[in-house]
Parts: sequence; C-alpha cells; structure tokens
Amino acid sequence: MAERSFKGEVKKLRLGKGDVFHGEGIMAITKALLESGVSYVGGYQGAPISHLMDVFSDASDILAEYNVRFENSANEAAAAAMLSASVNYPLRGAVTFKTTVGTNVAADALSNLSSGGVTGGALIILGEDYGEGSSIMQERSHAFAMKSQMWLLDPRPNLTSIVKAVKDGFELSEATNTPVMMMMRIRSCHLRGTFVCDDNRASTFTPKEALEHPVRDLTRIVLPPASFQHEVEKIEGRWPRAVRFIQEHELNEFISEDAANVGIVTQGGSYNAVNRALHRVGLSDMYGNSKIPIFVMNCVYPLVDAEFERFCKGKRAILIVEEGQPNFIEQNVADILRQREIDIRLHGKDVLPLAGDYNVATVFVGVRDFLVEYGFVEPGKFPDPVADVHPVSLFELQRRKQIPKAHADEVSAEVAEQRAKVHKVQAAAAAAKAATRAAAVAKQPVPSVQLAEVEKEPTLDDTVQGRPPGLCTGCPERPIFTSIMLVEEQLGVHHIASDIGCNLFSIMPPFNLGNTTMGYGLSGASSEAFNVAPGSPAADKRAIAIMGDGGFWHNGLTTGIANAVFNRSDNVTIIVDNNYAAATGGQDIPSTRTNRRAIRDAGHAIEDAVKGVGVKWVRTITRTYDLEKMTKTLREALTTHTDGPKVIIAQSECMLNKQRRVKPLKLKAIADGKRVVRERFGVDSDTCTGDHSCIRLSGCPSLTIKENPDPLREDPVTTVLDSCVGCGHCGEMAHAAVLCPSFYKASIVNNPTPWDKLSARMRMWIIAPLQAMAARRRARFAF
Amino acid sequence: MVVDPIKIAVLAMGGEGGGVLADWIVDLAEGNGWFAQTTSVPGVAQRTGATIYYLELFPGANDSKAKQPVFVESPLPGDVDIVIASELMEAGRALKRGFVSADRTTVISSTHRVYTKREKMEMSDGRIDSDALLKQVEKAAKRYIRFDMAKLAGDAGAVVSACMFGALCGAGVLPFTRKQFEDTIVKGGKGVKSSLKAFDLSFSKAQDAKESASGPAGKRHVDESAPRDLKTDSAAVQALLQRVRGYPENLQWILTEGVRKVIDYQDPAYGKLYMDRMDALAAAPGGKDVQLLHETARYLALWMAYDDTFRVADLKTRSSRFQRVRDEVHAHPDQVLTIGEYMHPRIEEICDSMPAWLGRWILKPNFAHRFVRLFTLKGRVIKTTSLTGFLMLYMMARFGYRFRRISLRYKIETRQIDAWLERLRKLAGVDPALALEAAKCQRLIKGYSNTHARGLMNFNTIMKVIDQNMNHLAPAQLAEMRNAALGDERGKKLFECLQRNGFSVDGLFTDPEHHRHSLYPAPSA
Repeated sequence: MAERSFKGEVKKLRLGKGDVFHGEGIMAITKALLESGVSYVGGYQGAPISHLMDVFSDASDILAEYNVRFENSANEAAAAAMLSASVNYPLRGAVTFKTTVGTNVAADALSNLSSGGVTGGALIILGEDYGEGSSIMQERSHAFAMKSQMWLLDPRPNLTSIVKAVKDGFELSEATNTPVMMMMRIRSCHLRGTFVCDDNRASTFTPKEALEHPVRDLTRIVLPPASFQHEVEKIEGRWPRAVRFIQEHELNEFISEDAANVGIVTQGGSYNAVNRALHRVGLSDMYGNSKIPIFVMNCVYPLVDAEFERFCKGKRAILIVEEGQPNFIEQNVADILRQREIDIRLHGKDVLPLAGDYNVATVFVGVRDFLVEYGFVEPGKFPDPVADVHPVSLFELQRRKQIPKAHADEVSAEVAEQRAKVHKVQAAAAAAKAATRAAAVAKQPVPSVQLAEVEKEPTLDDTVQGRPPGLCTGCPERPIFTSIMLVEEQLGVHHIASDIGCNLFSIMPPFNLGNTTMGYGLSGASSEAFNVAPGSPAADKRAIAIMGDGGFWHNGLTTGIANAVFNRSDNVTIIVDNNYAAATGGQDIPSTRTNRRAIRDAGHAIEDAVKGVGVKWVRTITRTYDLEKMTKTLREALTTHTDGPKVIIAQSECMLNKQRRVKPLKLKAIADGKRVVRERFGVDSDTCTGDHSCIRLSGCPSLTIKENPDPLREDPVTTVLDSCVGCGHCGEMAHAAVLCPSFYKASIVNNPTPWDKLSARMRMWIIAPLQAMAARRRARFAF
Repeated sequence: MVVDPIKIAVLAMGGEGGGVLADWIVDLAEGNGWFAQTTSVPGVAQRTGATIYYLELFPGANDSKAKQPVFVESPLPGDVDIVIASELMEAGRALKRGFVSADRTTVISSTHRVYTKREKMEMSDGRIDSDALLKQVEKAAKRYIRFDMAKLAGDAGAVVSACMFGALCGAGVLPFTRKQFEDTIVKGGKGVKSSLKAFDLSFSKAQDAKESASGPAGKRHVDESAPRDLKTDSAAVQALLQRVRGYPENLQWILTEGVRKVIDYQDPAYGKLYMDRMDALAAAPGGKDVQLLHETARYLALWMAYDDTFRVADLKTRSSRFQRVRDEVHAHPDQVLTIGEYMHPRIEEICDSMPAWLGRWILKPNFAHRFVRLFTLKGRVIKTTSLTGFLMLYMMARFGYRFRRISLRYKIETRQIDAWLERLRKLAGVDPALALEAAKCQRLIKGYSNTHARGLMNFNTIMKVIDQNMNHLAPAQLAEMRNAALGDERGKKLFECLQRNGFSVDGLFTDPEHHRHSLYPAPSA
C-alpha cells in the first residue's frame, strides 16, 4: 500500500486525442508512455519518482489493457537489466529510478545495454534528486550519459514539453539504437499543469510474440570481439545519427536567435528560470518573447556542434546555464568553440555558482550580472533577492569571490569575538540593571516577575527554527532506537552502520545514533571491516548495522547477510521489518504481509531468507513496541558467545501505512455497531513537572507541550495530541527509563457490550462514593 | 494587459492539507479560465517536516488562441504576492526565505503554534515568543490576515487547509468570487460539508478587520490582583488567609495560591508551616524585598508540595481527574473508559514512603533491600478504573494524609527546604537580588526518580557554589548558572559555566566529560 493512492486519478490515462489533461508530471509521463505504445515498464521507487512507481502500480489494469507488462524491480540494476527486452525485439520499454543513486546501482546493466545497443526504444526516466528537497549526495547523472554514451534529455519543465520528450526519446532511441535517459527534476515530478492528449496505442509487437519467436544476434552480446565492435559503432554510427536526429527533429530550440549580440544557452530544465530572470529585468515576458537570444537544449547529451556554431554567429558572448558540477557542458562548448575557431567570450560558472541548486533566485542573479556586463541591464537597477535560503549554495561565496575562503573564516571568527564581547557587556548591564531594580522594587508594586532580561528586538534567527523530518507518530522504529540508547547506557557506545530509509532519522535528535550511511541495503556490508583478524583476541564490542526491509531486499540479503555468514563476521544486524519500503512511500516488497494483490506474491518471511543463507543466530521480535524484549534481545546479540553474524528482525507495521489501512476498517466497524477499543495515551498535567525528558527520549510528534495549568508553575507541561495512535511507546519508555508516573493509557470502548457497561457501573458504585468522600474532605479546607 | 502572474507560496507541515489547498487553488483558477501551475516537494512533509508549495496563476486560458505562459517552479524572493502559512512560525519561515515584501505581499496565517522539536526538548520553557513572531510578520507584510485556524478547523471538524482557503477568499486578493471558491470545494468532493463550514467561518474572520488582526495572547498572563472575598468555613484556613492579608497587596495573590497548594497537598497545619516559613524570611534583614518574597512564595509552595507516592496516588484517584481524562481523550458518555497508569516506583520511592527509620534501614544493602528490590525491577500499569487499582492508590493517598509527616521523604525534604530557606535569609542580608536568584533555583528540582535526582544534584551544586562564594557572587552569574543547569541533562553546560566564571569545580563533578548522572537505571547486577 503506497502512501498516496492514484486509483482515482489514473482514469485520466484513458483520455483521447484532443482532450486536455490536468494533473501532475508523473501522471503526464505515464500518459506519454501509453501514447508511445510502450510494451513494458519497471523501476525502483525513490524520491522524486516514487509516485511514478505508484502510478504504474495503481494503473496496472489500464496498462494491462494495452498489453503493458509492469514490474516492481528488485533494485535499479534489475530495472535497467529489464531493458534488455529491447535489445533483440522492437519492444518499447521504460524504467524509472532516482539518480544518481539509481544510476550508480544500475551502472553495470546500463553499460552493457548501451554497449550492445537496442532495437526497440529504451527510455530511462531519471528522477534527478538534486538541489532543494534532495535527500542524497549531490552529483549529476550527466556523467553516466557521457561514459556509456546514452543520450540525455532534459526537457523544459512544463507538461507539454515533458510529454514530447518521452515520445522524442523513444524515436531517438530507435533511430540511434541507443538507450535514452530523460531527466526529471524534483519539482517537475510534482508540477501540476496541463497538456493536450493524443490517443493511447498498444504496441503492435508484444512480449508474448517475442517469447514465442525468440531472436538471437551474437553481435549484440557484450563479449569480444563484439564489444570492440560496439565501441566503434557508438562513434561511427550511433553518435552521428543522434546528432542528425536532434537537428532534424529540432529537439533543441532557438529563441529570438538574432535579437542581440549576446546569448544564453540553457538546459531545458532551467529554461523557465532563465525566462523569469529575463522577465524580471524587462527583457522577456510571460510568453517567453525574449529580447535576448536563448538556445534551449532539451537534449543535453550529445551536444550538436553545428547548432552551437549557428547560435554563436554574430555574438560577442554566451552564458551557459548548467546546473551542478563538474561543468561538463561548458567544457564541451569550450572545446567546440576552440575546434571551430569561433571567437566569442564564454561564460558559465564564472558568473553562476559552481555548485548547488539553480533556483530562480540564483539564475536571476547570474543572468542579471551577465547582462550588466554586456550593457543590456543598468548596473544596480535590479537588486539581489534577499533571502536566507537553506541549504546555502556556493552562490553567496561565489558572488563575493574576492573573499577567499580562509579570509571568510577569519571574518566569522572576528564576528564571533565581537558577539562574545557584546554578550559580556549585555550580561554586565543586565546584572547592574537587576541590582538597581531589585533595590528599587521594594517601593514599587510588582509588575512582572521576570527580571534580569535584556530587552532587545528578536531577529528571525531567534524566532524561526528548522523543522527537520523525523519519525512519524507511532513509528515502530522509535522503540528500536530507544532500546539501542538504553542498551548503550549499559554496554557503552557502539559503532553503528546506518542505512538508507526512515531508519536513517536515527542520526538526528533525540536518538543521535549512527556513524555512517553507505547506500541502500549496504549497512551490513559497511560494517564488515569491523571484525578482528583471525586468531587475535575478540573485541569487547560488536558493530551494529541497522537495515530496513526495503534495503534488505534491494541487496542487503546478499551483501550484508549472506556474505557476513560467508566471511564469518561477528556483527549484529537489526532488520527493520515494517512491511513496506516505507521511506519511499510505503511500496510493497517481497516480505509485505498485508495487502495481497493479484499482480504480486508477497508475504515471504525475512527470517526464512536469513536462515536460508546460513545465519544461525536469528531472533524475530514481532512487536517492536515491547521495549523490554527489544532491549533484552539486543543486549543478548551484543554479548552472546555464539560465532557468526547475529540478526534481529524487528517487526511492526509502518504506522503511517497501518493507519491508512486500519482506520477506515475501524470506522466502518464502529458504524456497524461492533465493539471496537480505541487506545490512546495522555499525560497528567497535575503530575507532570515540565522537564520534558520523555520528549527528549522519544521525539514522537504527538508528544508536545502546553501551558502549565498550575498558576505557580512556569514550565510548560507535556501533553499528548489527538493524533496519538496509541502505540504505547511513551508508556513503555516511562517504564524502561524510570521517568515519571504521568503517562496514562486510556482505552475507550466503542459500542460497549451490556457486560462492559454493567461492570463499569458496578465499579463506579464503589469508586464514586470514595472519590466523593475525598472531595468532601478537600472541600472543607477549600476557598 | 496583464504582465505578471499571481504568485502564491503555501507553507505547511504534514497533515495540514497544504497539497489539498494548492490543488484547490489550481482547480479554482483552471475552472475559471486561468492558467495555473503548482509545484511542491512532497515526501518530507509526510514525515513531520515543513514544505513549500508554490503556485502561479495567469489569466487568458479561456481564449482559444492563448499561448501557454512560462511558469517557474520555485518562488523568487521578493517576488511573491500571497503567502499562506498554516501556522505562525511557518509565516516566520516565509519571511526568512524572503517571500514577504512590504510593498506587495499579503500574508495569511494561522496564529496557533505547532512547537518545533527544539522548543519541546528544552528542559524548562523553550517556547519562542509568539508575539515577537507576530510583530515580525506584521512589520514585513503589506497586509497580515491572521487568526487561530487550528481552533476554527477543529470546531468545524475540518482540516486547516479549508480555513486557509476561506481566508484567501475573504482577503479578496484573488479575482474569483466566493461562489467560485465554494464550488471548487464541492467539486473536490472530499469532506465537503465540514470544509465549507470552516471556509465560511474563515471567510467571515478574514473579512472582519478586527478579527483578522488579533494576535496570540503570548505567554500566559497571570492576573495577580489581590484576591478578595475568599470564603471558607474552616477557622484554621481563615486564620491563614488573615496572615496573607498582612503582606503587601502585590504579594497576596501568590501567597494565597501557595497556601491553597499546600493545604490541598496536606492540611491547614501544613499551610501554617508554609506561612511560618514565609514570615521567617520576611523578618530577616533584607527579607522584605518584594521580588524575593514573591518568588520564594512560589517556589516554597512548589517544594513543599513535592511529588511523593502519596501525592501521585491522590492526584490520580480524584474524580475531577477522571473527568479530565474523559475530556482529553474525547470519550463520549456512551463509551466505556478505562485508565491505566504507567508507574515504575524504585526502591527509593518505596522507602521514601515508609517511616523514616524503616525506610533508612531498607535502603541499606541487606536482605530486606534485596527483597523489596525484586518488586521494583519492572514498571507496572495500574488500572485506576479497576477496583483493585483504585483502592490501592486511594488507600495510599489516605495514608499519606495521616502519616506523611513521619515518612522518610518528609524528613529529607524538610531538611533541604530549611537549609535552602536559611541560605535565602542569609543571602537577603548580603543582597536581596542574589537571594532572589537563589530562590529561583528551586525550579531545577522537578520530576521523579532519575530526573528528580539529576535536578537536585544541579541544585545542590549551585547551592555549594553560593555557600563558598556568598560575598562575591553577582546575581547575573547565579542566573547564568541556573540556565546552564537547564541547558543539558549531563551537566556539561553547568560545568562549563562554572569554569567560565572561575568557580572551583573541585568535588562538584567527578567526571564532567562523561555524564555524571545517568538518565537510565543502572544495569542490573
């Protein structure tokens, strides 16, 4: 079950020729695939294309109508390998994954695929996870296109262009026997707009026909001597054909080509920002009628030398707007200019930042500075957009490139010193003020209780704090981390190899656990060096790897577990078995125990897999919220004398998905008059003293603070929000860490049975009079 | 001719319907002949983070020859017309991101707060000053429409997004009619009735200049005017109130509350002890300082009403408490409610509740200690709504009223309170401001079990520093130490603070780098 359902929206995929489609980028891509007559799709989820996988999944019946095979690939390598169906047969196929993590994993298959080349169109839709909102290392997919010689499309960020790019991609792929990558930036995936549809079409050739009439072509298999031939083919055949195709089909666009003697070259994905920048300085409008020539590269690899020659003609200078680094395009352009002896000034990352997101503000400043330099914009007329953008790109530093880094540090040290001085003076002033006030105060009425406070205007740095993402309310991973904290209190700090997924939130407060993250499913492998050499005395501690079930099936089973057995590793791996690839949006995986669907065969136990590869010490905990058991098992894993890897499988369903699954069922049961018990937790504000230890230990979003109802107490008390799902962690934690008696569990019985009601009433026959007696005693002295 | 699109930034957190709002706005625009585009970075908001939705609207879509406009995917600072924030600090974030310009930006935000992790994790009060935030937004925006949307959404049974949509309509900043707005909600088809209700309420609020300019009350404001006409039938209580009236008027409220607290805790005789202690301070040289008396009245009452097992049992079994839980968890009268208390008394708490001699004996490592300890290894869930659970706690509470004064805990607390008061009296003679800061240090002692032990240790550390440096200690230094003690659980900041101020830390900390106090139970042997 995915976090978002597209069941309703996928109906739009049936729109026909001339209909106007309103919706998101990912949906538009799916529609474009259907319009292109695709035969098979696959991929691996991950932001920003997670939802594309969900759309494929939710649209599986529509895809089936057009004989499209959809597969949830095991990982990105598997997805790329799936494209081999296009090698021998005229089958159009598309796969999707996030990059560059996806291209990294898929690199082997992609290299082989692009070596032998394809017959049917092969499209790789890349969710380029770069810039604001990204959760991975900042790298470019561009390098993969270059090294394997696959073509890379980077369409303008509007649905019409994106849909066109999908169709162009297939044709380009087929015309050049080369797989084509199409880049979707983070915001483009969820860009909501419109485009005019075409009819869907089913492929005339299907996987069934391929199965029944297999074709074998030895020259397409990557083995010498064919592999050497492939390289020659790339250079002599496929590349020139690609260049010709790009020119003939006008994939790249020339806008206002001769309007001025300077021009801007941009990746398609940055075109809109370039236009807005020109618009802001009065040189373009909302329709893109620019007064400055723009060369829009919807295909950013390969570059077409002739098109550059054409664009540079009659110009003094060009600016390359190229997001990310290294500046492959700029280097390539420099090469073209040199080779063709074009005498023109080339700007790029001298004007724009070397690294980081090219958002509108960044592009605006770069384009403005470029135009100021060449006299198209009056200097100083358009000020910098003032903003405190986080994460800070090199933008600021680069703009002040006169200040070298070392000097910048000095400056900040100076500032810090200055600040410290100011603080000292303020403190002294406050002390003096307090003393005078205290002396004077005896004669005056008390206006407020606060003393010794420096009154100064707070800045936004004082009043606005970050909201880093964290574990959801009721997350079953929270008790796992709490138990690690509790065990570490006894056994000391351990080396913890973290993985990719929600479990990586452990590195942040309140848990602060985890030393490294090396890639999806690689936590086990990344702790392998932490084993003593054979024959030497055992270490006092063991490394702990935390792995999600998504990562486990992605590759962790082999890289982290099987190989740990094989190499006699002594480490501990905790597998978080929450039923889904939760971090990417709750997609089903082989061990998913709920939500069985016809297109999948799930429910395969991780324990069986782990035992199957030879692990002897395996413990499955079926309820992670059982903090005592969690803690005990973990302590045992870290201290047992059993040799070989120790694996703890911690099971509880992802709460986000569970709520989505269970809530409607519960509501229905209540409406049907069935007895349903709802549990939730609370904190007694009478007994809470406002220390917030519980919040620091748990970090549950439902655990928050409110005004202390006691007029004498000043610190806010802890309270539990209505969003509490009653997972019970706060109570268990209060027990395990001996916190306080303020937590209570309320069980609310909906549609109670006659016995429920009677027994409750009978209890109150005794309790109520006693309570009344106590109340009367208090009332005697009350006022 | 229109040159610029309408640019809207929506700042929201997960579950607040920021995406729904963005979709509504696009539907509204597209449904009425406009071009519209929205972008977002989803996923992060789902997992408690904040996210920004950015929209651009441009007219002319109903013209068949119209060219598609070129929209951008992220807001350009200084170039946003409307900012809609689901919460007050999110409005502040819009400012920080540069989306709010005084010459053009209308800001619409809720005034309620969803506290950040940092605010919540603080050991005392880490809340940001809402009034300051509000002032900042007010100052930066061309127009600032705000009201408590969370409350309104709750009343209407809707999500905050419906309130934001209503306020957007009421603000009159979009060229669409109210009917067009409402039709959009209806067409959306989800939770239509409640959304329309929230929309309507928010629309009216946004239209009312006064309603939409109200601010948060800021932090709690306590009305400290002297209480009048307090009625009681008890002569003993009457006498105590009479003594309170002997104090300056601006102290009467807090003393009354103090008396109320300690009587509720124990009995009028305990109230008398409270007033005796206050009188003793007032009689000391320098003890008449109003601030000093005011804060001592507060903290003495809180300390005297220390949370022992009797007190907890009493508070947990009151009928008013049963009702409060019922309200808090929204249990209807026709639903059956059971309450389970999570309790984990350590051997220390058990001994604390015993007669002093017995408690002290069991605390020693002997067979009785080992025996009692067996029952404290695990936490227990006690059902106060069951007969056994209730009777156990009820008896405990009754027992407390009778025998608290002979308990070990009472002896320990009394000794500590008296030492503290004596120190305050002494300090008052040196500098009442210093005594005031020392009085406020009681704030460090709170919580239970390990939390309590940690607070007490910090308190004692500071008291030691006071005793050693009584004559050359500035009140500000003392305040700094107190805040440092509240800075972290491991006492690191306090240690650094003491070092920075040049106080000897010998004997105060054993191993400052390591946590000198553990928040967790010691490993079972």
